[in-house]
Amino acid sequence: MSFDVAAVRGQFPILSEIIDGLPVHYLDNGASAQTPLTVIDAVRRYETTGRANVLRGVHRLAERATEAYENARAQVASFLGVPTMEIVFTGGCTAAINLVAFSYGALLKPGDRILLSELEHHSNIVPWQLLRSRSGVELDMLPVTTDGRIDLSALPRLVTPKTKFVSLAHVSNVTGALLDVRTVVEAAKAVGAKVMLDGAQRAPHGPLDLPSLGIDFYAFSGHKAYGPNGIGVLWGRSELMDAMPPFMGGGSMIGRVTLAETTWAPSPRRFEAGTPPIGPAIGLGAACAWMQALDWAGAHEHEMDLVQRLMDGLQKIDGTQIFGPAGLQNRYPVVSFMLDGVHPHDVAQTLDSFGVAVRAGHHCAQPLMDRFDLDGTTRVSMAPYNDNSDIDALLAGVAHAAKTLR
Amino acid sequence: MSDQLYQERIVALAKAKTGAGKLENPTRTVRRDNPLCGDRVILDVRLDGEGRIAEIGHQVRGCLLCQASASALSAVAVGRDAAGVAELRRDAERALGREPGETHEPFDAFAPVAAHKARQDCVLLPLEALKDALS
Repeated sequence: MSFDVAAVRGQFPILSEIIDGLPVHYLDNGASAQTPLTVIDAVRRYETTGRANVLRGVHRLAERATEAYENARAQVASFLGVPTMEIVFTGGCTAAINLVAFSYGALLKPGDRILLSELEHHSNIVPWQLLRSRSGVELDMLPVTTDGRIDLSALPRLVTPKTKFVSLAHVSNVTGALLDVRTVVEAAKAVGAKVMLDGAQRAPHGPLDLPSLGIDFYAFSGHKAYGPNGIGVLWGRSELMDAMPPFMGGGSMIGRVTLAETTWAPSPRRFEAGTPPIGPAIGLGAACAWMQALDWAGAHEHEMDLVQRLMDGLQKIDGTQIFGPAGLQNRYPVVSFMLDGVHPHDVAQTLDSFGVAVRAGHHCAQPLMDRFDLDGTTRVSMAPYNDNSDIDALLAGVAHAAKTLR
Repeated sequence: MSDQLYQERIVALAKAKTGAGKLENPTRTVRRDNPLCGDRVILDVRLDGEGRIAEIGHQVRGCLLCQASASALSAVAVGRDAAGVAELRRDAERALGREPGETHEPFDAFAPVAAHKARQDCVLLPLEALKDALS
């Protein structure tokens, strides 16, 4: 049976809205995805029938809240294929990467090297630059190929016995390219380096089996994965997490506090100081359950059909150029393009008048833009609920911008 | 709506590219970036002996609004000192609806941007750069 996109769309109330007389053609999922009713219902259920703080209260509302919060942790763990107690809830994907850069970074020594790439989101560059200025580690950058993939042919040159940590985007937020994780892990493990993947753009496209990837840490954000915002996830192997010092101090993360000294709770509590984002975590648990129930074989095929339709349509508009992989292999449905003579912001603004939401600019990847001397790109990022009408509206808007703005 | 944003006068200002390019011997060169959208303006100015703009050249890597603003600014900047440039800035602010009062050519062309708060910095970036150049 083919993928029933209409049935999926029906679960997302915002997609049937008419705003200023225009339908919602939402193709900015890489920035924030929309959220299905089941997630909205889960958050509402917590707020209306179980709202309380978690872990410490003994009253029944506190017990309900704690149970819902811990069930969400189990749901996220199931989505990633990892043990429940290896899941840390954070404020977002950025917070998760900062946590690792700070806490694992505290175990590194001056002169140790960390390997990143030129296509990383700023959130996977700046935390490491901060660590460099604190502790004297050195950063190396894998280059990027002209079709927007991390150039792994540079691994033998850049991975050395000094390399202690590798942190790369699982899927590029600009080009949609999927990382060849196996090759990266082989190179890293040969020198004993740990590997983290920034999964912000991969997690919204279906369940994962992280242990099979051979990596050590994984981060993703809730709001890009059909969940609420203000919530993110860090997975880390427990033997590594339990060796790391805390990122923030406060309630919940302690073993015992005296005025003289404090001992730490084991992970994940060690890394969840203070009251966590309870409602958003419950919402993300529901989002993971929603994703796990979806037919991803069908959804992925559908998403790739949309990518093909988009690429075919763009090629018919004079002066468009796609920045990223040309084919459908080893990619996810994030497509960046340039329109000759029209700035990406003007393309995006014109698309808005067609009811089409996209992102334009540097996509928090300025080093990548600098590398290819780009002002920016217009980025189309798709989700399983997108359909042909979204792509066709976008193509009509791009053709209009080409006609009127140059 | 966005279509109303790109009205003929704004598009014409951008296409006119008044003042586009480098100056041979600038008194000052300044660069301004908008970190949110990545727009970048490099302004060259040549000043006369009394601190007034004798010549101006701009290089814009940015959107149509930023290009149109740099072009509009170049058309009216010559002969102005810092106070005169501040008056242009106020005129632009009035066009964008940030200040009350009547607005004048050429910045009155930017009145459609009043409804697009996220794009107003694109219009103001060249004015910010020129302020830096004269300070």
